[in-house]
Order: sequence, then structure tokens, then C-alpha cells
Amino acid sequence: MSTKPGKNFFLLLLHRLGSPPWFYQFAGRLIPWLWGLFIVLALTGLYFGLIASPQDYQQGESVRIMYIHVPAAWMSMMIYGVMAATGFIALVWRIRIMEILAMSSAPVGAAFTLAALISGSLWGRPTWGTYWVWDARLTSELVLLFLYVGVMALYRAFDEPRKAARAACLLALVGLINLPIIHFSVKWWNTLHQGSSINLTGSSIHPSMLWPLLIMTVATKLYYAANVLTRARVVLLEQDVRKAWVRDAVGTQTKSLDVGGAGQ
Amino acid sequence: MTRAFLALLRRDLLLAFRRRTELLLPVMFALVVVSLFPLGIGPDPALLGRIAPGVIWIAGLLATVISLENLFRSDFEDGTMEQYVISGHPLTLIALAKTLAHWLVAGLPLVLMSPLLSIWMNLPTSSMGVMMVSLALATPILSFIGAIGAALTVSLHRGGQLLSLLVFPLYVPVLIVATGGIMAAADGLPYSAFMGLLLAGLIASITLAPFATAAALKISLS
Repeated sequence: MSTKPGKNFFLLLLHRLGSPPWFYQFAGRLIPWLWGLFIVLALTGLYFGLIASPQDYQQGESVRIMYIHVPAAWMSMMIYGVMAATGFIALVWRIRIMEILAMSSAPVGAAFTLAALISGSLWGRPTWGTYWVWDARLTSELVLLFLYVGVMALYRAFDEPRKAARAACLLALVGLINLPIIHFSVKWWNTLHQGSSINLTGSSIHPSMLWPLLIMTVATKLYYAANVLTRARVVLLEQDVRKAWVRDAVGTQTKSLDVGGAGQ
Repeated sequence: MTRAFLALLRRDLLLAFRRRTELLLPVMFALVVVSLFPLGIGPDPALLGRIAPGVIWIAGLLATVISLENLFRSDFEDGTMEQYVISGHPLTLIALAKTLAHWLVAGLPLVLMSPLLSIWMNLPTSSMGVMMVSLALATPILSFIGAIGAALTVSLHRGGQLLSLLVFPLYVPVLIVATGGIMAAADGLPYSAFMGLLLAGLIASITLAPFATAAALKISLS
């Protein structure tokens, strides 16, 4: 990797994004696009998933829960990975934006985990005949929720936001090392869940069901990006409320808005 | 470095033995918790024998977490922790010594007490040894993983409840493998693979967890 920041576009971008005013502007420009694309894709995906796609020959209409459940479950794991990765960067290079991104990811990830659990148990009722079984994937998803809640609770427990973020990032990393162990131990402990229908080499789903699912997968990713950037911007404003760039950034956008304490 | 390690271990053990009532609290706690199960579920020996591995192990988890809260508390509050940091000795080593002392004080008595608990819970005599081995191998894992949580919450006023929320999800694999091994032994199945997994977990947690604990202590001190 090039050591001169000027020569390497990505390195330059990283350095720039580490600066709060630049990040605030950049995210602010990105967010409307992300929300807009998310709404378009989510509506398309939901239309094809809930209305236009066929019923399953065994599961009937309840198969449509999949279009929410599977993307949510994927997101729950991906966001934990992102949270731990940004947390690692935050701990090693002490980049504040990364702390904020990691901590803004936690509630979104927890929400997706909860969505996956709830949609899964609603699907389980007609299919398995019960809302809850201690099946391997359900259980590891539940443990994942506990891990998210732990990270969020630790973050909220400190008064000082940066110390809180560093502690919670470390916990997220410890959780990341444990996650595969938890996953395999739980899987081996009990398994009833149907096997994965999609993997990297191919899929056993009919295209009429696969496409809406893939669209929903992309839509949830956009939702996550939009949500986390929106949250990060708010946290950044809160933390830097007394700094000049916040006064400039907020002052020019909304002149009439009273941003409590920004002018002090 | 070895001298600092041994001196710290000796100091922590000495402190623990000067307060013998506190020393017995985790074990007493586990005894009380286990004795509640027959009262709540009924004295049917077959049923108790079946749930014994889980009950004893969960009592062990609870007792460990309760004792973890004080692992770094007093050193943190009276400023000794800062002295450790500026002493020049690696904080990882200090974390290792303190965690080891914690296991000797809180974990080892549980291991020694487990035959009594096994008899109470009507665990088949054949799997009593496996119960003891599983506790001996895996209670250190609980101490080492728990130390990370204790270090993260030490600067908080009410860290205890938070600590249990943080570490119980991390204990899930230990609980599964340990109870799985005891149940396999009770059914007359081979259990050495389970013990092997616990041993692997023990080695991994001894080598990795002190680094995380040291990092957490530094964050708490900052």
C-alpha cells in the first residue's frame, strides 16, 4: 500500500472521512440517496415478494415471511461484523468516527435481530406448529440479540461517551471471537432448522422467489447504511455541539432552528 | 516478571484468606441455588438426576459471576490499579495473576464441592467424575472470560447486573459442551471429545483473555 496519502485515493478518502465536518457533509449528501433507493427497492421487493410471487407448494402463503425474515437474519449477522470491524479500527487507530459508527450500528443490528426472531416465530407457528423451539439457529440468533443488548447497555452505562464507545467496542470484539464458537456449539447442541437454501455456489430456490429475496437483501443493506449514517450524524452533532464546525454546518442549513447550546 | 506474577498471586490469595467468610460465599451461593431446585421441581430422583448437570453448572455460572464483580473493584477504588499500570510490569501479566487468584478462590472450591452437589441432585455415580473434570477444566474459562467483563464494568457504580448481562451470552458454549459431556457420560457414551473441547477452550481463554482484560482495564482507567 502506498504510504503517500495524496497518491492513494482510498487512503485520502479514509483520512478525509475521519474528519467530523467532512464526514458530516459527506454523509448528509449520501443519506437522501440511500433512503430514496431503499424505499424504491423495498417497495419493489415487497410487491414481488408479497403479491406477485407464487405460494410455496408446502408452506403456502406463510412462505412470504421469508422475504422479511431472511434479509433481517442476514443483516443481524452482517451488522455485528461491521460493528466489530469498525470497533477494531476505533480501538487501534482511535478514530472517533469509527467509534460512532460502531455504536450507531448496535441498535440497528439489534432491531434486525429482533425482527428476524419475531418473523421467525410467526413463521414457525403454522410451519412447525409452535412459536418457539430451542432450535440451533433460533438459539444462536437469541444469543446474538443478548450480545447486542450487552454492547448497547455497556455503552449507555458510562457518562463519558468516548470511554463508553471504547469499552463497548472491545466487548463487541470479544463477542465476535465468541460468535462462531457459540454458533457451532449451539448448532451441534440441537438442530431442527431447515438447511440454507442459498449459498455462494448456487441456490435451490425458484427464480420467482429468489429475485424478490435478493432485492429485499439489497434494500435492507441500504436501510442500514442510511439509518447508521443518520444516527452517526446526530451523535456527531451532540458530541461536537460546542465546536465551530457544528455552528457553521447547522447554522447554514436551518437558520431558524434553535440548536440548544451551539452558540456558547 | 515471574516474581511480580507470583507476588501478586500470593497477595491476592492472602487477602482472600484473611476474609474467610467472603471466601465461602460463592460456594454457599451455589449450594443454596442447587438446593432450591428439588424444592421447586419435586424430589423425584430420576428427574433430578436428568437435570443435575444443567442445574449444577448453572449454579456454578451464577456463583462465578457473583464473585467476579469484586475481582478488580477494591484495587480500582484505592488506586492500586494505577500503581500496577505504572509499575512497568505488563498489565496482561497482572490480569493473568489476578484472574488465576480468582479461580483458586472462587472456582476451585466449586470443583471440590461438586460431589456433594452431585449426590444432592442424584447424578449417577458413574458421571460424578466427569462432572468434576468438566468443572475443573471449564471454571477457569468462566473466570478468564468473566475477567474481561469485570474489567469493563469496574469503573461503573452498579456494574454487577450489567456484568451478568455481558458475560452470560459468552458462557453459552462452555455450558453446552460441559453439560453435554456429563450427559453423554451418564448415558454411557464416550465423553472424551467434550473434555477435549473444554481443554481447548481453557487453553484459548488463558492465552487470549488476559490481553482483552488488560485492554479493558486501560479503558476503565482512562
